[in-house]
Amino acid sequence: MQSGRPVSRKTRWERFKAAMWEYRWLNLMVIPGFFFFILFKYVPMYGIIIAFKNYKGAAGGFQAIASAPWIGLKNFEIFFKSLYCARIFKNTIWISLLRLVFSFPAPILLALMINEVRSNVFKRTVQTITYMPYFLSWVVVAALLNTLLSPDNGAINAMIQLRGGSTVYFLTSKSWFRPILIISEIWKNIGYGSIVYLAAITSIDQEQYEAARVDGASKFQQIIHVTLPELSNIIAIMLILQIGKMFDDNFDQIYNLYSPSVYEVADVFETYIYRNGIQQSKFSYSAAIGLVKSVIALAMILFTNWASKKLDTDGLF
Amino acid sequence: MGCSEEGIMMKVKKNRTLNSPGEHIFLFLNDLILILLCIVMIYPVLFVLARSVTPELERALHPLRIFPSSFDFTGYVFIFSSGSNIVNSYRTTILRTLIGTAVNMALTLLLAYPLSKKYYRPRKVLTGLIVFTMWFSGGLIPSFLLNKSLGLLNSFWVYIFPCAVNPFNLMIMRNFFQQIPDSLDESAKLDGANDLRVFWSIYLPLSTASIATLTLFYAVFHWNMWFDSMLYMNRKEMWTMQYTLRQLIDSATVTDIATVGTAMDNIPPAETVRMATVVVATVPILCIYPFLQKYFVKGMLVGSVKG
Repeated sequence: MQSGRPVSRKTRWERFKAAMWEYRWLNLMVIPGFFFFILFKYVPMYGIIIAFKNYKGAAGGFQAIASAPWIGLKNFEIFFKSLYCARIFKNTIWISLLRLVFSFPAPILLALMINEVRSNVFKRTVQTITYMPYFLSWVVVAALLNTLLSPDNGAINAMIQLRGGSTVYFLTSKSWFRPILIISEIWKNIGYGSIVYLAAITSIDQEQYEAARVDGASKFQQIIHVTLPELSNIIAIMLILQIGKMFDDNFDQIYNLYSPSVYEVADVFETYIYRNGIQQSKFSYSAAIGLVKSVIALAMILFTNWASKKLDTDGLF
Repeated sequence: MGCSEEGIMMKVKKNRTLNSPGEHIFLFLNDLILILLCIVMIYPVLFVLARSVTPELERALHPLRIFPSSFDFTGYVFIFSSGSNIVNSYRTTILRTLIGTAVNMALTLLLAYPLSKKYYRPRKVLTGLIVFTMWFSGGLIPSFLLNKSLGLLNSFWVYIFPCAVNPFNLMIMRNFFQQIPDSLDESAKLDGANDLRVFWSIYLPLSTASIATLTLFYAVFHWNMWFDSMLYMNRKEMWTMQYTLRQLIDSATVTDIATVGTAMDNIPPAETVRMATVVVATVPILCIYPFLQKYFVKGMLVGSVKG
């Protein structure tokens, strides 16, 4: 045995022990949360190996993942060769693009409009009312939509019939489904999304408006030449964040609104994984699709985090 | 950034004066559009509220009516009568929201405090470990199999443990703790207080606004959750309100879902039960959020990107 090593190891161990003792209360506080993250976040990550295995039957539970036979990339092959793969990618990207174009600017517009309101009471009222839908679940929003859009005696179809039009089956129509996704998303999130922009608008230096006014700028010109440029940084950051979430499916929304007749335009990763994995018990196959999604989502987030660091040296976290 | 609630609400441009008819028209149109928007926001909720108390015949004859000419409260009577499964769901949801939020807050606060301390050496590793879970997850299937193996299937605790800490909320809390000056901590330590004591008597009382915000976020999450009932709960008596509602909407008849035990007679029309359930599932949240509005505005800004 060499003479130097055990001594240094011992002191290091002792130093470690001393540090652990010094932080004993903090360590104690960390334990429950740490245990939660390991058990409910990291153990499932180990479970991802199920995607490369042929796991049959849930009877064995999580432990049986280890003993299931390896089959390499078979599950991925099946998915990439199936027609569902193209459909899911197409739907995910389409819905995300529609969101970027329509749902993303809506809260900015609302914030600009609320900012122009001159009465404080009215301003507060508008804010309180527009925040409201954010607190409803998608189950409730789907119930509202079902009631409004119902072909039997929903309000919208009643109006259409009053004008002599014929009944529209909104929620089962392939051409209507995506617009309804976007409209309902805007309805639910526009008020809440405007908070960040309103805060940014409030912090703009009022003298800039004064200066613009002296130069004879109208209200509209002030918005274009003062407010929007001041907001450009926060808009850029929010846009990047939104792009990073492109592969977050909004499962709650789609699952509560869709039906087999619109799968073709509505099916996204999570809905497909749920139907195959949980309802049909194809665990390995759906876990493989889940992994594809998680990896793409991770790449998007790392990319957007990098991009936002270019904008804001603090990064997002 | 002027992050305060007062800042957003009150800082109107008082010094601006109107000087052209064009601006009058602009402001008038602006207000008008906002009023229309508010109507669009409220109408669906009022519509469902009205439908829940409108007799079935009138619903069919006057589908657009918001103020019914006669009232029919059988939906509500049924929901709160014995033998109704909706009472069970309501109880489950309330229990889940109370216990779940308490567990959430306890774990989040306990974990956020050490992570906010620069002198706590494991801080970086732990933060990295937690942030990574916001970016990458095992996904639905491994989590499902794990929870099953943990014996959480058909257990009330499936509503509590798998969502015990939300990493985003944790980071909001940590960021807030970090803003509290270290000098408070140091002087308390000189007086002989330990970390637990500093946390309890200094940090928590200083963080009431953030604590209120996170409590609201967690409580709304639990109140609105339905997915774990669908995945893990085969006993309909222990479904959450939202999942029961989902099932009511999905099925043509409501009897199976809305009742337990021996069949009841006099079940109101399906649509009446559905509408009344929507109202009952929604009203508590609609009643509390306006009072907590200023907290969540604050919380949203603490948690969001720094401007």
